[in-house]
Amino acid sequence: MKIAVVKYNAGNVFSVIHALRRLGVEPLLTDSVEELQSADKVVFPGQGEASGAMRYLQEHGLDRIIPSLQQPVLGICIGQQLMCRHSEEGNVDCLNIFDVDVKRFIPARHEDKIPHMGWNSLQIEKPEGIFRNFKGGEFVYFVHSFYVPVSEHTAAATDYIHPFSAAMHKDNFYATQFHPEKSGEVGQRILRNFLEL
Amino acid sequence: MLAKRIIPCLDVKDGQTVKGTNFLQLRQAGDPIELGKIYSQQGADELVFLDITASHEGRKTFTDMVQKVAAEIDIPFTVGGGISELADVERMLSAGADKISINSAALRRPQLIDEITHRFGSQVCVVAIDAKEDENGWTCYLNGGRIPTERNLFEWAKEVNDRGAGEILFTSMNHDGVKQGFACNALHKLTSMLTIPVIASGGAGKMEDFRDVFTQGHADAALAASVFHFGQISIPQLKEYLKVENINVRI
Repeated sequence: MKIAVVKYNAGNVFSVIHALRRLGVEPLLTDSVEELQSADKVVFPGQGEASGAMRYLQEHGLDRIIPSLQQPVLGICIGQQLMCRHSEEGNVDCLNIFDVDVKRFIPARHEDKIPHMGWNSLQIEKPEGIFRNFKGGEFVYFVHSFYVPVSEHTAAATDYIHPFSAAMHKDNFYATQFHPEKSGEVGQRILRNFLEL
Repeated sequence: MLAKRIIPCLDVKDGQTVKGTNFLQLRQAGDPIELGKIYSQQGADELVFLDITASHEGRKTFTDMVQKVAAEIDIPFTVGGGISELADVERMLSAGADKISINSAALRRPQLIDEITHRFGSQVCVVAIDAKEDENGWTCYLNGGRIPTERNLFEWAKEVNDRGAGEILFTSMNHDGVKQGFACNALHKLTSMLTIPVIASGGAGKMEDFRDVFTQGHADAALAASVFHFGQISIPQLKEYLKVENINVRI
């Protein structure tokens, strides 16, 4: 199985690569259009800032390639946000795979610290795909200051300040706001489910 | 709801974990990677690895260890000890650390906090504060608690917060190693005035101490070393206990 990890200027991708290796696959880190198109599965990871990441994707023609991919694609963290229509972070138009807009968290109480960082639980909306055999209530690890609102594409929701999209799904596109590669055994199950799609 | 975090801390010297009592007298407690893996499997929410080696060679050993941790452990981890400039941060993040913690370097040059958060994001920057209470109040210390400064704990913590750090790791030197509970009063004052998460350290002796640090100290996370290393408290047992006490923990 050929797993491609999209290479772009979005921080540390090695934790994703390590997590895939622990599952027994050797991923290919690449920004080549041909390699991405011919992969069995594509992981679109990231930490970092949305407008700079979008600029890099545009400069490398990846902004057109990623939405046209036919195989299962998994966006992680900033990857999920970039798959939406627009982001308030840097006020930038994104890939528009999911027709929702990314918003900035606004604290409602003293306890609402930004970024939302740490372990929070999932409410599963679509118990299939990457959430096959999930019951809800599982904890996963988040680090983010921007969020995707709940929509028809929400595969799992998490409540922080208000409910938001912890994970999304539409056709062959999957995405998580949290970091499955840092979410212990639960995260490993999610990645394994993705590899088995 | 965001879970309260339990964080074992591993002090590492020449590739081995050690733990001091009141910052002195080191005792052996095992291989850091094996220990980290066990904690992760037991339900630790994060790990902290502190490099207490001073030598250049020790630093290299520590960087190699960080790479192995990143390859083998699937929960977030912070590394600290000897980080004094951006290049050190870069080296640790490239080796796979999720966060770095700075202490003396931030007290000596507070601008370092701004530089790290600007370059790598606030979430990677944990500022550790060692402080001791005496008749004049709470004073911050340098160099692992050896050198007192002019800084007051609360003023410094507020400055760290405002400079954009992601978290504060507060160690009470009065409580550290004594195993009679965390500094809940000081913690409550910190968590009330700050807008970033506070990790409590120093004083864990029994499971009730963890309950109190969350209910009275309002800490976001609790860090401990020897109670875990020497098996006095097991993490699965601790989490079950905290859950019964109505504290939101990840099980």
